[in-house]
Amino acid sequence: MTKILILFAHPLYEKSRIHKALKKAIPETSDITFRDLYELYPDFNINIKQEQQLLTDHDIIIWQHPVYWYSVPPLLKQWIDMVLEFGWAYGPGGDKLKGKYVMNVVSAGGQRTVYNPEGRNRFTVRQFFAPLDQTVMLCNMKYLAPFVVHGTHSLTNDEIRDYASQYKMMLNKLLHGEIDLMQSANSDYMNDLIQ
Amino acid sequence: MEGSFLKTALVFLASAVAFVPIAKKLGMGSVLGYIFAGIVIGPFVLGFVGEEGQDIMHVAEFGVVMMLFLIGLELDPREFWKMRKTIVGLGLLQMGLSAVFLGALGYFVLGFSHSVSLAVALALAMSSTAIVLQTLKEKGLSKSASGEASFAVLLFQDITVIPILAILPLIAGSSAPAAGESHSILESYPGWMQTLLVIGAVAAIVVAGKYVVVPLLRMVSKTRLREMFTASALLLVVGVAYLMQLVGLSPALGTFLAGVVLANSEFRHELESDLEPFKGLLLGMFFIGVGASVNFALVVEKPVLVLSIVLVLMLVKAIVLFITGRIYKIKTDQNILFSILLSQVGEFAFVLLTFSNQLRILDSYWTEVLMASTAISMSVTPLLLVLNEKVIDPFFGTKEVPPDDKEPDEIDEQHPVILAGFGHFGSTIGRFLRANGVRATILDNDSDRVELLRKMGFKVYYGDATRLDLLRAAGAENARLLIAAIDSPETNKELIQTVRKHFPQMEVMARARNRMDAYELIDLDVKHFYRETLYTSVHMAIDVLRKLGYRHYTATRKGMEFIKYDEAALEKLAKSRHQMKEYILTIREQIEMQERLLSEDLHGILTADDHAWDSEVMKKK
Repeated sequence: MTKILILFAHPLYEKSRIHKALKKAIPETSDITFRDLYELYPDFNINIKQEQQLLTDHDIIIWQHPVYWYSVPPLLKQWIDMVLEFGWAYGPGGDKLKGKYVMNVVSAGGQRTVYNPEGRNRFTVRQFFAPLDQTVMLCNMKYLAPFVVHGTHSLTNDEIRDYASQYKMMLNKLLHGEIDLMQSANSDYMNDLIQ
Repeated sequence: MEGSFLKTALVFLASAVAFVPIAKKLGMGSVLGYIFAGIVIGPFVLGFVGEEGQDIMHVAEFGVVMMLFLIGLELDPREFWKMRKTIVGLGLLQMGLSAVFLGALGYFVLGFSHSVSLAVALALAMSSTAIVLQTLKEKGLSKSASGEASFAVLLFQDITVIPILAILPLIAGSSAPAAGESHSILESYPGWMQTLLVIGAVAAIVVAGKYVVVPLLRMVSKTRLREMFTASALLLVVGVAYLMQLVGLSPALGTFLAGVVLANSEFRHELESDLEPFKGLLLGMFFIGVGASVNFALVVEKPVLVLSIVLVLMLVKAIVLFITGRIYKIKTDQNILFSILLSQVGEFAFVLLTFSNQLRILDSYWTEVLMASTAISMSVTPLLLVLNEKVIDPFFGTKEVPPDDKEPDEIDEQHPVILAGFGHFGSTIGRFLRANGVRATILDNDSDRVELLRKMGFKVYYGDATRLDLLRAAGAENARLLIAAIDSPETNKELIQTVRKHFPQMEVMARARNRMDAYELIDLDVKHFYRETLYTSVHMAIDVLRKLGYRHYTATRKGMEFIKYDEAALEKLAKSRHQMKEYILTIREQIEMQERLLSEDLHGILTADDHAWDSEVMKKK
C-alpha cells in the first residue's frame, strides 16, 4: 500500500472553514500520517532528524496549506529550507528521497478563471508553484498537479462539503494506486483527474 | 448531665458511623442511612433514645439553616435575581394546588372543619428542604432542571412559613394564646413599624455582609489561626439566624441571604469548607431525629389509616408537582424526578402541626397521626428515589444529548483551571490567561494580596491551597488543570501530592524554582514543569551573544536549541541521580550536579549545526 504524509501548514487554522472540512475528510488509516506543522513548531525550531525519518517512511508527500501571496506560509518554507538538507535530499549522496512524489493541496481566494494568463493573476497555480516543482525535481522526486480549492471566500457550506469529499476520494485513490501519476505530473489540476 | 450527654453523643455517632456507610455502599445515599439509624436507636427498636427525638430535631434544624447559608454562598446574586420569577411562579403553583387538593380531601373525606382543613393542608403542602437538597447535592443534580425547580419551590416554601405562622392564630378564630414559635420582639409594635423593622433587618444583612463581615474576616484571616476563622464563620451564621428570629423572619431565609451577599467575596471557598462538616453533622442528627420520632406504636395500632394517609398525601403532592413541572416545560424524566423528590411532607410540617395543636385548631389524636405520616413520608423519599433511578428512569430516553464532536483546536472557554499561588510567578500566568479570556479559579493565602488583587478585578480566593476541603470547594472535582505556582517548593509539592491522590483527573503543571526542584517533580512523575531559572537565563544569554556581535536570529536559534538540549539532559540526569553516592549537603549535591552537567555539555551537541542557508558546506564539496 502507498504511504502518504500530509504536512499541514496554517498559521490561523482556528478561523479556516476550508481546511477544517478538508482535514475531517482525511481517511482514518495507518497509511496516512497527518502533521500539523504550526502546532508542532510554534517556535519555528524544526526537528530535522525526525522530519527526515518521516519522509523516508512515506511514498507521497502532500503539502496542505492556504496560498499566501501566491506561495506557501512561512513555516512550510522554513521546513523546506531546514529539512531538505544538502547531502541528504540533494547534492552528492543526497538520494534519500529518490522515487517519491510531492503535491500541493491548497486553498486560494481567487477563482480558477482568475489564475489564468488572461485573468487578473496572469499565471496559473501551477506556474506560481514552479519553484516548488523545481525543488522537488532537484531532490529526485516527481511533482504532481495540485489539488486546489478555488474562490474560498464565496464558497457555500455545500460546496465546501463537495471539495472535502473530492479530497477524500483523491486520497483513497492515491492509497490504492488508482490515479495515473504520470498523467498527473503533466496536468494543471489534480481535481480534474479524480471524477 | 455530663454522663447522659456523652451517652447520647455516643449513641448518635455510633449509629451514624454504623449505618451511613452501609447505605452509601448500597447506593441509597446518606439520608436513608441516617433515618434508618434513627429508627434503630429510637424508642420502638432499641430504645436508646426516648421522646427526645423531637427535641434533638429542633437543635438539628440549625443544620438546615447552615445548609441554606452554604447554598447562598454558591449562588451569584445575579443568578439569584434571575431566578426570582421561577421561585414565585413554581412555588405559588405548588403550594396553592397542593393546599387546595389536600384541603378538599380533609374536608370531604375526613370530615374536618374549614379551619382544620386549611391548617392541615398548608402544613402538609410543605416539602423537606433538608432531604431534598442533601440528596440533590449528593447525586450531583443541583444544576439540573429538576434540581433548580426543586430549589425554587423549597425556597418559596421557606418564605411562606412565616406568613402561615401569622395566619394560623387568625384561623383559630379567637385571640388564642400566642404560644409557639413566634415570640418576636415586634409584636408590641404597630404594623407599619414591624414592616419597617423587617425591611431594616434584611437591609442590615446586605450592608453588613459587604462592609462589616468581609473586613472582619480579613482581619481574622491575618491572625492565621484556623480555628478563629471557623469560629467567625459560625458566629456569622448564628448571629444572622438570631437576628432573623428576633424580627420574626425565617432564620433559613436570612442566612441564605447572607450567603448570597458573601458569594462574591474572596472568603467564599474558605467559609464553605469550614462550615461544611458542621452542616453535615447537624443535618445527620436531624435525619436521625426524623427516624427516631416515627411513632410506630400508632402505626401498629392503625396501620391502614396511617399508611393510606401517607400514600394519598404523597400521590396528591406528586401529581401536583408533575402538573407544575409540565406547565414550566420540564422534560419528562426530569419532571418525574422533581415530582418524587418533593412528594414528602417536610420538617416545617412538624412546626406547623404542633403550632396548630397549641392553638387548638387540631386535636392531639390527629396531630399524632399526621406527624407520624410526615415522618414516614420523609423516610420513604430516599427509597422512592432509588426506585426511580433503577426502575422508572431507564424508560425515559430524554437524557442530555452528547455535545457535537468539537474540533480539538477550538478554545473551550469552560476549561476549568485552578491556579494556586498568585505571587509574581502565578500572577503573570493569571494575567496572561485573563488577557486571552480564560478564567481561572485562583487560590492564595496572603490576605493582603488577595484584597489588592480583588480590587483590580481578579477573582482570587483566600485560603491554603493544600487543604483538601478548600480544593474541593474551589471545584477541583471538575477541574482539568492545576497550575501549581506557590512560592514555597515544599508547599507546592504537598499540593501536587494532594491533587494527585484525590483528583487524579486533573493535569498538573508545576512551577520549579531550579534544577533541584525539577528533579523532585520528576520523581513525583509530573510531566509539565517549568524552571524559573532556565528560560530567563537563556533569554539573557541570547542578548549577551547579540552584544558580542551575533545576529539576533542566529543567537535566538542557538538559545532555543540550548533549552531543548538542557531539558533532555535534565531527564537523563534525573534517572541516574539516585544511583550517585549519598549526599550529606545539598550544596555539595549541587556542585557535583553542576560538574556532571558541564562535562556532559562537552560531549553533547550544543550548536545549531544544520546547514540551512549556509553555502560554505556546498562550496567545500
